[in-house]
Amino acid sequence: MLAFLGRRILIAIPTILLISVFVFGMQKMLPGDPVLAMAGEERDPQVIEFLREKYRLNDPIPVQYFTWVGNALQGDLGISLRTQQPVTELIAEKLPVTVQLAVMALIIALVIGIPAGVLSAYKKGTWVDWLANLIALSGLSIPNFWLGIMLILLVSVNLGWLPASGYRPLTDDPLQSILTMLMPAFVLGTGLAATLMRHTRSAMLGVLRSDYVRTARAKGLSEQVVLVKHALRNALVPIVTVTTLLFGELLAGAVLTEQIFTIPGFGKLIVDAVFNRDYAVVQGIVLCTGIAFIAMNILADAAYRVLNPRMNEK
Amino acid sequence: MKSDTPLLDVRDLSIRVAGVKPLLVDGISFALDPGQTLCIVGESGCGKSLTSLALMGLLQTPPLSITGGTARFAGRDLLTMTRQELGHVRGDRMAMIFQEPMSSLNPALKIGEQIAEAVRRHKGVGRDAARARALQMLERVRIPAAARRLDAYPHELSGGMRQRVMIAMALANDPELLIADEPTTALDVTIQAQILDLMRELQAETGAAMILITHDLGVVAEMADQVAVMYAGRIVEKGPVAQIFDDPQHPYTIGLMSSMPSLGARADRLVTIPGVVPQAADMPAGCRFASRCPFRSGICDTVPPLSSVGNGHDVACFHAPLEQAPRPKAVSA
Repeated sequence: MLAFLGRRILIAIPTILLISVFVFGMQKMLPGDPVLAMAGEERDPQVIEFLREKYRLNDPIPVQYFTWVGNALQGDLGISLRTQQPVTELIAEKLPVTVQLAVMALIIALVIGIPAGVLSAYKKGTWVDWLANLIALSGLSIPNFWLGIMLILLVSVNLGWLPASGYRPLTDDPLQSILTMLMPAFVLGTGLAATLMRHTRSAMLGVLRSDYVRTARAKGLSEQVVLVKHALRNALVPIVTVTTLLFGELLAGAVLTEQIFTIPGFGKLIVDAVFNRDYAVVQGIVLCTGIAFIAMNILADAAYRVLNPRMNEK
Repeated sequence: MKSDTPLLDVRDLSIRVAGVKPLLVDGISFALDPGQTLCIVGESGCGKSLTSLALMGLLQTPPLSITGGTARFAGRDLLTMTRQELGHVRGDRMAMIFQEPMSSLNPALKIGEQIAEAVRRHKGVGRDAARARALQMLERVRIPAAARRLDAYPHELSGGMRQRVMIAMALANDPELLIADEPTTALDVTIQAQILDLMRELQAETGAAMILITHDLGVVAEMADQVAVMYAGRIVEKGPVAQIFDDPQHPYTIGLMSSMPSLGARADRLVTIPGVVPQAADMPAGCRFASRCPFRSGICDTVPPLSSVGNGHDVACFHAPLEQAPRPKAVSA
């Protein structure tokens, strides 16, 4: 397993480099000049030239790229053109928020989605299946921003059970932090639960028809053991795939949800950076998200090998 | 050794599939004494596997459903048991070996665990005792390096080895009844003989009764005490193995026997039964073999009852015993 992980990480390096080229290249091809945006109304040529020199925008593009990569390897992703803060610092500030939201949303999605999928496959064609599908379809169709606003109205404004905003870092006040994150995590999680439920259902339907599930029943095992130990375990591979993809998406930020619940996460950072042509920040974030996706994929591959012993064959 | 009450007594078992009126299994009855082997013979689709799955409570319902009959196992009707009750019987007092050793073992679990979990479930023993029993069973089915194989996954074993694991799993709790649904069909011929020998040996050791489902008359001759021949969902002939082989009475059985290749000088082509089995949806109302039968007559439009021709030998044919049958009419549509 360790050798496998080592190999996967080695293979990931060229992928990350490729991402960095894309990120850098795309930025250069975007219309608009950040220096003009920074220089403001007057656009004094001297100021513009000074800024170009300062941010080394006059260097040839390959030189700019290697400077950026070299710095990035040392943990320096440059300085935000807008706020003058180091990008690494900005990311370090927002990333824990987004990770917390993503993890909470994913837990909610898993806790709802997998049992619902298992149950609806097991009770295929009955009212249970029908109801689960109806709820899943609603979960997929209801836009997050609408659900978010409605939840705030109901839970915060009318019932006063949970705060509508006021994020606190987990390290400051864990309880308050979790409470404020509960509603946004629920909004994100239910949407994902629907996707997860559909995938779990179809994977389980295939597995439940298999000969080894029949063997498990022939052994007299209880239905819970048949369903979880024998069926779900074999259905997990596609579920793990979907879960890691969903988690990757969550890490990339949930702009609308963050906006509604005023959560200072990745989503808002990205939007602000893109609108202000804040190259360094956009590059840093996209690079981080890319690496996160690759890491999730490596984790998923590792999980496959645990779940499916046949993959360990030479 | 005959006892008064059979271990398994199946009466009028009928199975249908949703949307098709004729029954897939139409009122079959048979009984099995402790320690005996009953072979159910018939071609694909004749309902022999459905029968065995019905006894184990493993029919895919829906679309399949049991529409009638009883199956008393040690005095209790398997067909009316609740799922919980059935869960205590199957895997413990009755066990099943399936046709496909390749797909019948869980690919994600070690084989030791797959045997041990059945022992834990029914014998209420701890992990270590169950694992010890699994090891003992692997040794009994003669898997080499059994201790190491406990932690092997199914894909690491050959087909023959997997079927041995299935046998070990089925016999782990010393069942009184073993149902084997074409246990050797998926295996190489040389392995087939080994597996059959092993099953016979273990059966002799444990005294389990066995229902062996097969389409292979060679297997029947080797293994059976009693034989039931099924055709298109009905038992057309049953009796002691010697009777069936020496004195087959049903035209279908006669056809089966003569379509069996044999060694020795024979210039003729292999005999086949003309025609094909009717589709489930358009089964004839009377004898289901009539359309392929050289002895067919007007009476065959009604269902022939299974009636005795002596020596515990029953046949469902109006023309049996054939010595007294009218001369076969010309076969024309």
